[in-house]
Amino acid sequence: MTKDELLKKTKERFGDRIRNIFEKSYKRIYIDIDPKDLTDFVKFIFNESEARFNTASCVDMLDSMEILYHFSFAKASLVVSLRASLDKKSLVIESLTSIMKGAEWIEREIHELFGVEFKNHPNMRKLLLPDDWPEGLYPLRRDYKEEDYEIRKAEKEEGKS
Amino acid sequence: MSHKVTIPIGPYHSLQEEPEFYQLTVDGETVIDIDVRIGYVHRGIEKLAESMSYHKIIFLVERICGICSTSHPIASVQAIEDAGGIEVPDRALYIRTIVAELERLHSHMLWLGLAGHFLGYNTVWMWAWKYREIVCDLFEAITGSRQSYAMMKVGGVQRDIEDEYIPGLIKGMDDTLRALDMFKGAVLDDPVLGARLKGIGILSKEDALSYSALGPTSRASGVDKDVRRDDPYAAYDRVKWNVITQKEGDVFAKAVIRILEMYESVSIIKQCVQKMPKGSIDSNPKEIPPGEGIGHAEAPRGEVFHYIRSDGTNSPARYKVRAPTYMNFPTFKATVIGETISDATIILAAIDPCYCCTERKMTAVNQKTRKRSFTGDDMIKLSQEKTRRLYKRMTGKELR
Repeated sequence: MTKDELLKKTKERFGDRIRNIFEKSYKRIYIDIDPKDLTDFVKFIFNESEARFNTASCVDMLDSMEILYHFSFAKASLVVSLRASLDKKSLVIESLTSIMKGAEWIEREIHELFGVEFKNHPNMRKLLLPDDWPEGLYPLRRDYKEEDYEIRKAEKEEGKS
Repeated sequence: MSHKVTIPIGPYHSLQEEPEFYQLTVDGETVIDIDVRIGYVHRGIEKLAESMSYHKIIFLVERICGICSTSHPIASVQAIEDAGGIEVPDRALYIRTIVAELERLHSHMLWLGLAGHFLGYNTVWMWAWKYREIVCDLFEAITGSRQSYAMMKVGGVQRDIEDEYIPGLIKGMDDTLRALDMFKGAVLDDPVLGARLKGIGILSKEDALSYSALGPTSRASGVDKDVRRDDPYAAYDRVKWNVITQKEGDVFAKAVIRILEMYESVSIIKQCVQKMPKGSIDSNPKEIPPGEGIGHAEAPRGEVFHYIRSDGTNSPARYKVRAPTYMNFPTFKATVIGETISDATIILAAIDPCYCCTERKMTAVNQKTRKRSFTGDDMIKLSQEKTRRLYKRMTGKELR
């Protein structure tokens, strides 16, 4: 599917539900969406448009958390990124693992590094961090400090003794 | 009565590309479940990158993997160039392509050797690694090091390929081509290897798509996707080459893909040497404006993906890296379950997760007694014995 076809179909299908389309360059498109529309967009782009799921990137914007879902297409020289912005007060978004199995690991990773909840995820265990990592401490957030980890760990040790 | 045994494999070895831990649950000979865990030496590269200048990041990401040590820098410079809208001189694009394809050659030969070893074909192992030396020597000549070549730079390449090295490069490719003909004959036409590898560890096309598997792992299942063609970077759109695919999805298909891809690599390198224009190798960019950038490149194992967010300073606000094995690992759930334990080693090795080191840490533990029943070496022996049995049955001779 070429870029123009994809953009036309996306606009026809979703209309007002697209918050913004930003063409960074000829090969890179960013589509801003409402987090609650995420599964509809992904079903369209992954199942119907035959995209490949590259990965997801989470960015801490201080007052909000942005998750970008990157997709690319065969022979189209195109990477489309769906951008969902979550309020820091309610960091919850639908899991995509039921639509594409390849999303399972990256959702586990974002969950433990940024503290985003993925609803209906089948296997939300730790992926990269050790099992005894303190609850509620997210190492890739902007406000994370190494001392926090030391303090939390010391508290835990004390609690044990 | 069924008797479940849990076999932990891993996690540590300092040489591993991505340390991992597999836990196989077996019932008799059959694998009934597999669990993969990673993160044992998570180095926090993404966090580190946020504290470095764009120039230094290239060297940092080069150290993510020792085998595909140029794929990450290529993806990284492309992400930064995308963010900054930076043009790259033509000659630099050709040099990038040559280095990337040499890397594919050495990586695929490394895999071929290891696969031979796991199967008990130690001659294949020795010969593959012998011919890999040609490629490593070429790297030493044109980049200065056999590994971690430090060739990439935002806006171009660090070093030119001088004219005096071109004849050596062409001769090296001719020698490699002869070696490839030998491997093609020795592997593809061997009835024992066919009987041993065909039909095991099948990844269906549906699963390959749903897991978004990458590189040879997905192309062996009939998924016709390759970043070099789908989103051309470097000089891949200026040379003629083919994306290799197979339909079967088994271990044999993955071996075929890698062997045939090496032919394409040799062809790409030869064309690049011929077409490479004279001129500048670096556009010397000065600033990266605020914004975001995506770079991806086809590493020997599949696509590497880099995303950066720039805030206009000289280090990124966010740096995301995704290596190919990250997408290929989860496919084990689809390929290993239901197979026998003597086939598990080669199925796990078929996605090329830098398996050479894992073997030393494989142990089988009886779930009830917690006693070690057999070690990693035993598991490789199991795999080799199966080949030996097959060889004897099919040829009437002993495998040496």
